[in-house]
Amino acid sequence: MELVLFLPAAALALAGALGVVTARRPVHSALALLAVLVALAFLYLLLWAPFVAVLQVIVYAGAIVVLFLFVIMLLHMQPGEPPREDLRLQRPAAVALGALFLAGLGAVVSGGRSAAPAARLPTAAPPAAGFGSPEAVGEALFTRFLLPVELAALLLLIGMVGAVVLAKGALAVRVPSPAARPAESTEEEPNARAPEAVAAP
Amino acid sequence: MTVPLAYYLVLGAALFAIGMTGVLVRRNALVVFMAIELMLNSVNLTFVAFARTLGTLDGQLAVVFTIVVAGVEVVVGLALIVEIFRARRSVNLDEVHLLRG
Repeated sequence: MELVLFLPAAALALAGALGVVTARRPVHSALALLAVLVALAFLYLLLWAPFVAVLQVIVYAGAIVVLFLFVIMLLHMQPGEPPREDLRLQRPAAVALGALFLAGLGAVVSGGRSAAPAARLPTAAPPAAGFGSPEAVGEALFTRFLLPVELAALLLLIGMVGAVVLAKGALAVRVPSPAARPAESTEEEPNARAPEAVAAP
Repeated sequence: MTVPLAYYLVLGAALFAIGMTGVLVRRNALVVFMAIELMLNSVNLTFVAFARTLGTLDGQLAVVFTIVVAGVEVVVGLALIVEIFRARRSVNLDEVHLLRG
């Protein structure tokens, strides 16, 4: 019964993943990534993890993919032919390596020749009421996992400050340059600026 | 649980392999980042599947932290990509191989 719900979502996730890798334009890759994320959110619901599913949709599909789309738009990569990615020898080697990796993981999961460890995996009982709900996850996060939560908050702060510093550094370099540059060629600029730098301190 | 755990594990492994191949194959920095996101998501799926099977919440808690790290990584990485694009007018990873400003 659940298989009817699982198989289309899994097929959508796999097709979207292939689309992310094979799409020629980054925009199409981002949209395919969105399909993967939505399919995985559906699978999380199937796995009794509604909080993680909501988090997936809000953070991944809502924020990260939009950030990707924003950066793609910012970089103006749409018009014209996409730049060629010339990888003559690496591309088949990478595909072969990926297939080998997939075969190895599949062999491990399916149990190889015999004994079938997959059959020895524990079968799940129906979980308790409220399993995976925001209440249960939040209660575990703020009792047993309080220190990691604080560290995650610190990490988010560091990431935000880092992104701001990267963008601000570019502004600080870019803004004075048109105003401070006279009608000279750029090669003479270090020589012209050197006396100021010496006299400044 | 009518869907066996192995199905979820195989799906996660396939997604991880596709993401890894994408990192190796593509040279566009943005697409490489998306492939990394794919790998992180496959790990998340494995975590949630194990949490469901074992009946504990720990896998789902790990997913929360994975999502936090993925968000930070994407924000800082995209800022770096924008900076590199401003400096070099390209996001092709083969053209930004010099580790100097």
